[in-house]
Amino acid sequence: MPGRTVSFHPDDRYAAFLRTIPEAPFGEGRLAGVPVAVKDNISTAGIETTCASRILEGYVPPFDATVVERLKRAGAAIVGKTNMDEFGMGTTTENSAFWPTLNPADPSRVPGGSSGGSAAAVAAGLVPLALGTDTGGSIRCPAAFCGIVGLKPTYGRVSRYGLIAYANSLEQIGPMAKTVTDASLLMEVIAGHDPRDSTSRDCPYHHTPDPEIRGLRIGVPEEFFGEGVDARVASVVWDAISLLERKGAEVITCRMPSMAYALAAYYVTCTSEASSNLARFDGVRYGPPADTKKPWHEAFQERRREGFGEEVRRRIMLGTFALSSGYYGKYYAKAQAARNNVRADFERLFCDVDVLAGPTMPTVAFRFGEKSDPLSMYLSDILTVPANLAGVPAISVPCGKVEGLPVGLQVMGRWMEDERVVDVAYAFEQGRSA
Amino acid sequence: MTVIVGLEIHCQLDTATKLFCGCSTDYRDDPPNSHVCPVCLGLPGSLPKINKKAVEFALKVAKALNCEVPEESEFARKNYFYPDLDKGYQITQYDKPLAVCGYLDIEGDEGEKRVRITRVHMEEDPGRLVHKGGADRPKYTLVDYNRAGIPLIEIVTEPDLRSPKEARRFLNKLRATLEYLGVFDSEKEGSLRVDANISLAGSERVEVKNITSYKGVEKALTFEVTRQKNAIRRGQKIARETRHFVEARGVTTSSRSKEMEQDYRYFPEPDLRPLRVRNWAEEIEIPELPDARKLRFIKDYGLSPTHAATLTGDWQIAEFYESLPADLRVSTATATWVADTLLGELNYRDMSIRGVPLDHFKELLLIRQAGEITEKAAVEVLRSLLDQIRDTGTCELPRQCIGRLGLFVITAAEEGANDPVTAAAREAIAENPQAVADFCQGKKEALNFLVGQVMRKTRGCAKPGDVNRVLTSLLSGDE
Repeated sequence: MPGRTVSFHPDDRYAAFLRTIPEAPFGEGRLAGVPVAVKDNISTAGIETTCASRILEGYVPPFDATVVERLKRAGAAIVGKTNMDEFGMGTTTENSAFWPTLNPADPSRVPGGSSGGSAAAVAAGLVPLALGTDTGGSIRCPAAFCGIVGLKPTYGRVSRYGLIAYANSLEQIGPMAKTVTDASLLMEVIAGHDPRDSTSRDCPYHHTPDPEIRGLRIGVPEEFFGEGVDARVASVVWDAISLLERKGAEVITCRMPSMAYALAAYYVTCTSEASSNLARFDGVRYGPPADTKKPWHEAFQERRREGFGEEVRRRIMLGTFALSSGYYGKYYAKAQAARNNVRADFERLFCDVDVLAGPTMPTVAFRFGEKSDPLSMYLSDILTVPANLAGVPAISVPCGKVEGLPVGLQVMGRWMEDERVVDVAYAFEQGRSA
Repeated sequence: MTVIVGLEIHCQLDTATKLFCGCSTDYRDDPPNSHVCPVCLGLPGSLPKINKKAVEFALKVAKALNCEVPEESEFARKNYFYPDLDKGYQITQYDKPLAVCGYLDIEGDEGEKRVRITRVHMEEDPGRLVHKGGADRPKYTLVDYNRAGIPLIEIVTEPDLRSPKEARRFLNKLRATLEYLGVFDSEKEGSLRVDANISLAGSERVEVKNITSYKGVEKALTFEVTRQKNAIRRGQKIARETRHFVEARGVTTSSRSKEMEQDYRYFPEPDLRPLRVRNWAEEIEIPELPDARKLRFIKDYGLSPTHAATLTGDWQIAEFYESLPADLRVSTATATWVADTLLGELNYRDMSIRGVPLDHFKELLLIRQAGEITEKAAVEVLRSLLDQIRDTGTCELPRQCIGRLGLFVITAAEEGANDPVTAAAREAIAENPQAVADFCQGKKEALNFLVGQVMRKTRGCAKPGDVNRVLTSLLSGDE
């Protein structure tokens, strides 16, 4: 029915949104009239899409991302675009070129990132559902920090068409919600084959979460509780794993040696791809225009220097270096070898166990400005990047608190077994509230 | 001094749509930026999707060039900044090309020659810059992305060519091969671009870029050979450099920009999956190619190797020849007419076989065959028709043209009638009493002279047999 809209005037006290649609149209379908927030790196036809970057200010995509098309077809109302780390590069949403987002669980702390706006919008109850994107943990980290559910689907299960690429070979769009059931419902709407994305697989997701986990084998790699993991966080997560054991699962400790190189492999890969993906932002086609009085290469340099934030420039430089002739073999090629080791480790472990479990993040949400040097920030991604490197599904579900701050339990599954990680998260959620 | 030449040839594949999106490739007569979509504009979030037809076309080329096709082929990103490059990188192929290690046999300077093909790969064409206010000092520059995403194949040869002429012959053979495959239209502006590497044995190699025509290749290389020989003669060293060919002046100039070794930072394109090409190539069939067709022309139509080579050296001409009736095809006269007369007249006018209505020339051949016009008249009609096409783009029907020029054969009626041949013969006899007298004295040559006079009066349209008969009869009657 044409002309129906959802009025959306949220009390956005945590600055989750970059822009909202006061009268958001919606249609018929399973999500008829349900307000959904969309991360600002997902293209929305007619709605400005900036990736929280100055360089894309004013860019209004002429087309919808496939996931947005699917949302609209299911009747959902796209009510706003959420804040994020610029181009997805960050773990706190502090790298937004516009403003930081606050964590609804404790406004003196970051919401996590890079999908911090989506997580905060859901946690604050402004929307029941939100889309995030996860390149190295960007859905799961803010879900854990804000105390909601976030799923990074198997690579290829959700179309990337319309997702403004940061690191193409790693990232997926995924659902964020307060409950596993809601996340699963949103996953059902967005998943499925898309001929416009060559990396998309024909594997739709039709699933109702099932809490029965008797006989399930849960692997817990020692490395998931290694150096840098806060003891209080570890204890909350172990309690959660024990609950799953009481529900009939078998817990098996194991090892994942490739974790030693996962973070390095991740950062070399994602920065390499980013250095190429972001080359198109040169002031010719979008954003504030380059100075046409200057020679084009000078104008390009100036535009890119001013338009990109510090972290984005750093990653472009790192990636450019890693791909340079003479260094390619040492960095990019080696990172791909390490990535294959991570994949092989998962394959080996998944012969003996059905899922892997551990903490989503090594700590609870940081205070603003707490992580000031990039390296210690990068280290906090150590538990989430392996799933992206291997392309396997991973979910974060709230499993308790440390001093009032949410902690996430992360469950990773076999390739294309998103349903199973959803079931395990659901079993925990049900078991906990029982 | 031995000349060593290797070529890198970029050809636009003649697909209906672009390499990674559904935009039409038929952009040449349309306004700028009217054949674009989010994909070929490289808009954020868009993703490439391979055009299978383009891969099929490229695999046909690989097969025709006798290449090895690997199990898997992969796209890569070539990263560099340029205003015509909408994504900041070009999707091309790097370490896993579509095909390698092929060859193409050509007529070389010293007979048959095998030119080795290093590799064949696919890539997308970038957009095009349009400089407003003169190329030297443009006021401003506009970008047209209609061309962005047009499928290209790059064909790289080993340095096996030994002269500018051989390079040109190679290109002609390559063009013929691609057109036989139906994957390339050489008539489209900008459909071919060549970079040539040329060195004199023992000297550094120079790369000449920006060659966009078949003749240009020979011109550019000839210029380079002379330039390099002169430099060496003067005791100068040849610098290893990139030069640009300026077609209008027929010279190459040193690229002014600093010759920094570009680092393209190639890496596998993460948005596309590798192509499984070996099995695919095995399933693809390719049509008869120029060499095979040439042999068949010799064998089936009894043509000379030279005629057969000319008639099969261009797909359109070969098709035209084979559209002629069987009895015409086996005649040397027809082969001569097409290979020498028709192509010669076209060449003289710098016209191409495309854009001329071949049906007209077929009809002309049939009219000539039927004896309705003489050989000489046929050539005159051909010239007139070609002139019309060159000047106006169209031409009359052959019969119209023959009628207008009054070139239909004039037939003499039976004895005593007052037809044009008899009239002309009477005139000739009246005007040349000496010749008549000579004839009556038994000088046979005198009759030939009189025949010539009649032919001139009838503008070559009378049949010599008729003229002979009429003259003889008139002269004997006068006696």
